[in-house]
Amino acid sequence: MPHIICLAKQVPDPETPASQFKVDEAAKKVLPVPGIQPVPSQFDTIGVEAALRIKDQVKPCLAMGADEGIHINGPAANGADHWATAEVLAAAIQKVAPFDLIIAGRQAVDWDMGVVGSTIAEILGIPVVTIAKEVKYADGKVTVERVLLDGFETVESPTPCVVTVSNELGEPRYPQLRQIMLAAKKEVKPWTLADLGISAPQNRVNLEALFVPETKVETEFIDGDSPQEKAVKLAQRLREAKLI
Amino acid sequence: MPSGVLVFGEATEDAKLNPVTAELIATGTRLGGPVTCAILGSGVEPLAQECIAAGAGKVIVCDDPLLANYQGDAYLPPAEGITREADPAVLLLGQTMIGRDLAPRLAQRLGTAVAMDCVALSMEGDKLLAERPCYGGSARARYTINGSPQMATVRAKSQEPLEADPSRQGEIVKQAAGVDAGAVRTKILERRKEKAEGVRLEDAKVVVSGGRGLGGPEGFKPLEELADVLGGAVGASRAVCDLGWYPVAHQVGLTGKVVTPDLYIAVGISGASQHMAGISSVKNIVAINKDGDASIFKSSRFAVVGDWKDIVPAFTDEARKLKAG
Repeated sequence: MPHIICLAKQVPDPETPASQFKVDEAAKKVLPVPGIQPVPSQFDTIGVEAALRIKDQVKPCLAMGADEGIHINGPAANGADHWATAEVLAAAIQKVAPFDLIIAGRQAVDWDMGVVGSTIAEILGIPVVTIAKEVKYADGKVTVERVLLDGFETVESPTPCVVTVSNELGEPRYPQLRQIMLAAKKEVKPWTLADLGISAPQNRVNLEALFVPETKVETEFIDGDSPQEKAVKLAQRLREAKLI
Repeated sequence: MPSGVLVFGEATEDAKLNPVTAELIATGTRLGGPVTCAILGSGVEPLAQECIAAGAGKVIVCDDPLLANYQGDAYLPPAEGITREADPAVLLLGQTMIGRDLAPRLAQRLGTAVAMDCVALSMEGDKLLAERPCYGGSARARYTINGSPQMATVRAKSQEPLEADPSRQGEIVKQAAGVDAGAVRTKILERRKEKAEGVRLEDAKVVVSGGRGLGGPEGFKPLEELADVLGGAVGASRAVCDLGWYPVAHQVGLTGKVVTPDLYIAVGISGASQHMAGISSVKNIVAINKDGDASIFKSSRFAVVGDWKDIVPAFTDEARKLKAG
């Protein structure tokens, strides 16, 4: 059974209605919406799904869920940037080592930067394959289907390596009640930077401003007594505007 | 002392210059230049003159069969070598399949950082201000970078290229890739194209896109017919691609393609910010949606509230008549 490490990040629910999405420009923070719980970044749950599919493939009976959880306290709350986060995660991964595969989402759905998985691979000096729609493990190698602009490519990589996954992999499985109860009993290890034997890494980027961009569009609603009338009017308006 | 702007150009699969290259060169020029363009690949040497016409003062060509299909392990050593040698203040790449993969790894090797998917760049003194959408396009963040070079990837079509001037002169330097095939740990076993028929989405003047509101994959038939009448291409939201209703190659949005048609017709698309990120520079959006409160109406120039099943066929007929007449 390969030892797989999945990376996950907690983010504000991206399904938060746009009307409630608010930014504190002075604090450069997105304001939490009362009553809306944070969720794991969607690409990361897809990463767990990719790992579970490998488990299914290797030993179907054991495929019930992730086996162990680690929560590294501190740096995220203290404003670690993507590079500091990668350094902390790389240190944690080295403490968990040996491992065969690290799976992460292609990007976190809050900052959408898409750099942490690749940076960890560089820190650890191992190969990385990004934007996967399928990950298979056999004989110490992974075979990854990558999403390209106009198609797909199949890439083979020796392990250990990092794979980042994309939504094309498919929906993550929905945990069953029994698994949720089992998960509640599993220990999530709280680690600190001291446990990892490192001090807080330096940030490499500074967030200078965060704001909601203005969109100023005057919308012309096309009215009519029937859908057909609306359709005809729309075509005529587009013709007048020289758009068709 | 680091100075100037280095950009990494790209060839398309059919060995033409990827238009994002000219956009990067123009951006580098606007940031103060001088602009050096490095172009890596196989058979890319003929593209050097085009980079000069697009505004580059110097082009570094790294042409090697090992660089034919992008693999990070093969591209990183020459990319790192060229950057260290050029010692630029600013390094720009396109937010493309290559840039997305290469930029973060290159940043780590150079001990610096990269702002990904930027849509606005400017200089404040010698500091690069890199502005990029985040939270699926709901917010914008502006960054400065502590390391050197200050790196950014730039969203395709977010920047205007300069007018190409074929008479412009510049220096062309050839550089060996210096990659040992044995150092490339990954191996491409297979590449397949997902055939997109008709007009390419990225080049289309008109895009007709469908979302979950279509109710099923069969909803794309009338959209294809409409796209055909208008000489356009068909796009799709991420939701319907994930559901398998339409091929992923047609996906428009943050994790799909960025399109810039003159006219974008969104049918049954609610306007999730992740989708809007793919059409942020489209001026003429037409939204057809049953839900009068759909958030896409806020960004639309023309809006029709109603059932697409009634509206699209009648619209297609009228458009056909207008085109013919």
